Amino acid sequence: MKTVEEINEKIKEGKALVLTAEEVIDFVEQKGSKRAAEEVDVVTTGTFGPMCSSGAYFNVGHSKPRIKLGGGKAYLNDVPVYTGFAAVDILLGATAVPDDDPRNAVFPGQFAYGGGHVIEELVAGKEVRLTATAYGTDCYPRKKLETRISLADMNEAVLFNPRNCYQNYNVAVNLSDRAIYTYMGVLQPRLGNANYCSAGQLSPLLCDPLYRTIGIGTRIFLGGGVGYVSWQGTQHSPCVTRTDLGVPRMPAGTIAVIGDLKQMDQRWLRGTSFRGYGVTLTVGIGVPIPILDEDILAQAAARDEDIVTQIVDYSEAYPQRESGSLGEVSYAQLKNGEISVDGKEVPTASLSSYAMAREIAGILKDWIQRGEFLLTECVQGLPSSDSGIVFKGLQEKPLRAQNRV
Amino acid sequence: MTTTKVVLRFPPELTDQPVTYKLIKEYDLMVNILRGHIIPKEEGMLVLELTGTKKQLDRGMDYLAKLGVETQRLSKDVKWLTNRCTHCTACTSLCPTHALSIERDSMMVDFDNDKCIACEMCITVCPYSAMEVQF
Repeated sequence: MKTVEEINEKIKEGKALVLTAEEVIDFVEQKGSKRAAEEVDVVTTGTFGPMCSSGAYFNVGHSKPRIKLGGGKAYLNDVPVYTGFAAVDILLGATAVPDDDPRNAVFPGQFAYGGGHVIEELVAGKEVRLTATAYGTDCYPRKKLETRISLADMNEAVLFNPRNCYQNYNVAVNLSDRAIYTYMGVLQPRLGNANYCSAGQLSPLLCDPLYRTIGIGTRIFLGGGVGYVSWQGTQHSPCVTRTDLGVPRMPAGTIAVIGDLKQMDQRWLRGTSFRGYGVTLTVGIGVPIPILDEDILAQAAARDEDIVTQIVDYSEAYPQRESGSLGEVSYAQLKNGEISVDGKEVPTASLSSYAMAREIAGILKDWIQRGEFLLTECVQGLPSSDSGIVFKGLQEKPLRAQNRV
Repeated sequence: MTTTKVVLRFPPELTDQPVTYKLIKEYDLMVNILRGHIIPKEEGMLVLELTGTKKQLDRGMDYLAKLGVETQRLSKDVKWLTNRCTHCTACTSLCPTHALSIERDSMMVDFDNDKCIACEMCITVCPYSAMEVQF
């Protein structure tokens, strides 16, 4: 048994044993879990995949004379931002597209540029166009603004993602007779291909499946810089069925994360376009797991063979919100390149980059070994499998007569 | 026997000529049409895989040049932008010739230009615009 404080002391002395979630698998096999739990101090994880519920808020500074963007309209490189805050605070969502983008008018739309791309360009140090119109007040007389602006010009630029890092995800297939264009990529008809999206054995929440160490306040690798877990993510659904090791067999937990965008790196925040679907942001996240006891170690050392997920039809079941799995497969099978669905061999591909997840776990390990990154004890845990949380669908209710005007 | 992949661009006045027929009948080439876009009276484009002896190929290419068809070797036209690629692997299961494949140990994507037939499937599926085709 160790405490986070003790592990941090070892990190400061340069004596901590830090392994990635891949390396720890062999280590446990060689040493046995009891001895390994005594020796290993930290396991680092990583993931790099499209995460749509991402965005950033900015304080762009006050122009002279002043303008009140709140209640007005504002754009960064023609991508609309949300202005419903104070005078010069704006919020950019990763999936926003320019007003004049043809979207799916000519199907399948390209979605070449949107919020995710603006975030990538800003992080790369580029200037973007800030254009705005406002209604003008006595204290904020200006009605129009057009300027170039970079991250360095802004007061604050904060990446704030309400839902990232999904703990496990569906494998998407297409049972219909036509190609479909989804957020899980292009799916060919009649089980032509199967797409998955998780780093499996390296994925942060799959390495701490019951959220015993990851919680509000946990310091993490975020977009190449340092960030924090700010809350459970939206749609956090910890009460799904799990394996004996506690690993969810389907999409479950999520985290909301926050961090200073100015210290992040373009390599780990990438504007992303899904044909026929839309724009998003691909985010790199790495979470360190303090090995406080043998159970935490055993879970962190889970292998792709031990982690399973469900195959879902995205032509009918998903859009119609019908439950039902076409089968269960392990990440070891998915990474081999072929799975069997309905007796048919289906080629697999990933939307989340395992190679870059591995790189993130390695970078985080390096930061910790060099004593530059200390672990945090979370301020409050995330709701876990005993929370009773139900992930609700929307129950539509007819509007009352007086609302229908 | 040699096999080569070429992109043919037809000026509008040639789009109603039986060019492929002549390549087969008079120049004795094996022709595999990989991709085509021809609208009568507009510029046309054909991607062909041509197989024959070196002499037959040279004569066939000569014929095309004299006719006014612009030819270009195909393999140079598809670019893999390694700085844009995140190695997500989304392209690999849909690439019909496995020109895009995964090195399983590193889980990194590899692109073999020689196998590419410029079907442009990767352009459609790559979320990071890491594949580019220039005709």
